[in-house]
Amino acid sequence: MAPVQAQVLPPPPESGIVPEKIRDGIDLLINGEHYRHTGDPQMPLLWYLRDVLRLTGTKYAGGHGGSGADLVLLDGKAVSAIAQPLARLAGKAVVTVEGLAANDGSLHPLQQAFIDEDAIGCGYCTPGWLIAGVDLLRRKPHPGDDDIDQLPNLCRCGCQTRVRRAIKRAAAGKAGPR
Amino acid sequence: MSQGIRLSRRRFLQVLAGTAGSLLVGIRFAEAADAPLPPALLGDNIHGLGPYVRIDEDGSVLIGARDPDTGTGVATSLPRIIADELDVDWNNVRVVALGLGVDSRNGKPVWSYGHQVGGTGTSIPAAWRDLRQAGAVARWLLLQAAARRLGLAASRLRSENGMVIAPDGRRFSYGSLAADASKIALPTTLPPLKNPADYRLIGHGVGDVDARAIVTGQTRYAIDHFYGDAVVAVLSHCPWPDGKLARIDTTDALAVDGVLKVVQLRPERGQPAGSTVIAPAVAVLAENTWAALQGQARLKLEWKPGASGDASSSALEQQALALLGGKSAPTTRVRNIGDVDAAGKKAARRLEATYFQPWLAHATAETTNCLVRLDKDRASLVVPTQAPQAASAVVQRLTGLAADKIDIRVPRVGGGYGRRLDHDYVAEAVMLAKAINKPVRLLWSREQDLRNDYYRSGSVHQLGAIIDRKRQLLAWNQRMASASALTGRGVPQDHLWTSELQADQFPAPLVPNYRSDWYALESATPRGPMRGMPHLSNAFAVESFIDEIAHQMREDPLKTRLRILGEARQLPLDNGRTLDVGRLANVLRLVADRIEWKNWLRTVNGLGIACWHVDGAYVAHAIEAAMQGDKLTIQRVVCAVDVGRVINPTGLQGQVAGATLDALSIAMNAAITIKGGQVQQHDLRDYPLASMAQLPNEVEVITVDDERDPAGASFLAMPTVAPALANAVFRASAVRVRRLPLMKELLRLL
Repeated sequence: MAPVQAQVLPPPPESGIVPEKIRDGIDLLINGEHYRHTGDPQMPLLWYLRDVLRLTGTKYAGGHGGSGADLVLLDGKAVSAIAQPLARLAGKAVVTVEGLAANDGSLHPLQQAFIDEDAIGCGYCTPGWLIAGVDLLRRKPHPGDDDIDQLPNLCRCGCQTRVRRAIKRAAAGKAGPR
Repeated sequence: MSQGIRLSRRRFLQVLAGTAGSLLVGIRFAEAADAPLPPALLGDNIHGLGPYVRIDEDGSVLIGARDPDTGTGVATSLPRIIADELDVDWNNVRVVALGLGVDSRNGKPVWSYGHQVGGTGTSIPAAWRDLRQAGAVARWLLLQAAARRLGLAASRLRSENGMVIAPDGRRFSYGSLAADASKIALPTTLPPLKNPADYRLIGHGVGDVDARAIVTGQTRYAIDHFYGDAVVAVLSHCPWPDGKLARIDTTDALAVDGVLKVVQLRPERGQPAGSTVIAPAVAVLAENTWAALQGQARLKLEWKPGASGDASSSALEQQALALLGGKSAPTTRVRNIGDVDAAGKKAARRLEATYFQPWLAHATAETTNCLVRLDKDRASLVVPTQAPQAASAVVQRLTGLAADKIDIRVPRVGGGYGRRLDHDYVAEAVMLAKAINKPVRLLWSREQDLRNDYYRSGSVHQLGAIIDRKRQLLAWNQRMASASALTGRGVPQDHLWTSELQADQFPAPLVPNYRSDWYALESATPRGPMRGMPHLSNAFAVESFIDEIAHQMREDPLKTRLRILGEARQLPLDNGRTLDVGRLANVLRLVADRIEWKNWLRTVNGLGIACWHVDGAYVAHAIEAAMQGDKLTIQRVVCAVDVGRVINPTGLQGQVAGATLDALSIAMNAAITIKGGQVQQHDLRDYPLASMAQLPNEVEVITVDDERDPAGASFLAMPTVAPALANAVFRASAVRVRRLPLMKELLRLL
């Protein structure tokens, strides 16, 4: 058998295909999922969540956050989503109200406690209360009334007394269907 | 240009063009609720049993909730009424918020679900009249279906928890009967209703049906709805309602990437307030919210004031005092019983006091918004409204479409308080959709909501009482000045007072000589319906004044009130209503007992009490307040309500506690002020709702449950809060607060 001889191949014809340039962007981690944002880095997180991802649990509450309905957890700390330009969020973990429950659908104890105490008025500001409450319970697993008094949220339906009970219920580990 | 690629019926990939030509791609699939298909239009499907009930073969039950739920719990309580009469297991029931139910007959709209108004205290009374029948008719159809299958008379069958049971014990699930039942003709006479002793759901408490969806962020309010190709509209309103645009430069705004168009809006001449644009405005239309807001920030606008350019709320108050102090006749003499002047001549004691209350804004949690799509022969809207029929009227007028060509969806509403009985924002959204020929998603900012509202007018109440030697209340003279909420709404001049006070309000039917006068104030600042109106302002004046009377007579204010009420009896009110004096005295005694009123003079803290009645429902509050220096702490709040039969005790407790806290927040802090014709408050820092720390840790709610037909509880617990608080503060500090908001006035007086 004749040995295979090395053969010099002619260069391939021009294909005209130019690989796409890797676009700059901001890598975001929201509720455990990765996203890359390639638009305006100054866009506030609130509008990215609502307009782009359609995660509408985080509510518009006013230009300064106002009622606290736009709170999200940023590396575990409650912050107003309208005050967070996406540029600041690279490498940080965002959790919204949609991300509080476990992947199997089991609720965070505070979510369950809100249901148990019927701590809901119109419900619009509820996601903000939950985020603020989860942050509080992380810092103080057994918060007193003075700690709960510091929550920044507002509510016109008057769910504050029921929210207070729900936070205490979750802290006591009693959340669960009555 | 934003695009949506439809991947399947349920999933929807959203692509938005971003700034600098780049793409913003939501990798996550948004649910196709973008084009909000109803889960089922309850009427037109194979197993629909009337307009409110659908039962599927697997036994799952879908019940429609017709009235907008603004946080009042009617999406839970109305379906419970139907489910109880239908006799089904609540755990198998799924509730659907119904859109506007409308058919057309001879070109005129026919409202197929009947009453569709939320947050005005009318939902439960209306539901009690007709929704029980809806449940009973559906159950009757299922019994008929089983009877035909068995060849037995329906009267020999009974139902139990979603089953029809034959005399021999055979059981048929509703699901297995649903298909047959839906083919049976409706009964010619209404089937009998359940014996109340057999209620399994009515009178038994349950949490909100939407609770799980709310705490997981899945509930979609109108503001959370999208049509794939809708553009976002944000507005800049003229700061003067009667002003106009002097100069506009859109160059920079239009240069923002994603901004599509700038459109001017003007109120339509001759249209009633609340049905057209509230003030001249300039809209920026853009591909997404961020682009729209950036465009709005770069708009150069110069507004020119109209005739009201120097109006102020303090000048209006001076005008009110001049009217009340002068000799001019009232705009309307609302009531005149007996002879107040003659009674004054033989009086032992005469008392007078003047009370001042501020302008108020709605400050709903969900800011004003509207989603609209106009097609050639139909319109689709998602509207945060308390009155979808009124919203439809606005769309009909602006599009020329018949009512049955207009699809109005009403998801759960982020607070109403009367703001969403008006539909100026629907007019704006429709006008903008026409101007850009695309679906529009209109979003107001918090600042716009506060500065372009239909406010509650400020008011001055001048009260006079004449007491005889036996401490009997001989005469009552009430004079009130305010700017009517009904001005500019097609209401005759001599009816403008009806939004401001009631002719038969407490204590009118209980005093032999009673006179009530109303003086109209003129203001260009828009006014409209407001939660608790007109009870909120009147109860503060009247119930504070009764406390002042008690103090002048050196008497226990509870005793004074019980003497004014007298023995239990029924007194006729206007419009065929009655005042049940015994029930009013009962709620008063209940709160007094709970707060241990017998110690009213001995406690270091101050105790305050007040009672009121609203459309056949009764309420009283007792409040314990502590003063340390200038620091006010609300130690205890007790509220008792009697609304007749209680549909959902859990919901009622929440509603009463919630209304109490809302009223506390308003009484302590809330005031809109007008200067130079403009509203001065810009955000919730200027119009502060009460913080968690300012409010009591608990509200103790006592509900009287009885057999009488249920009354509404929407705002029932609000009117007595401010006077009970002011009365408690008086006993804690010896300072009588006659002006709201209370905190500011208290600090001034201390």
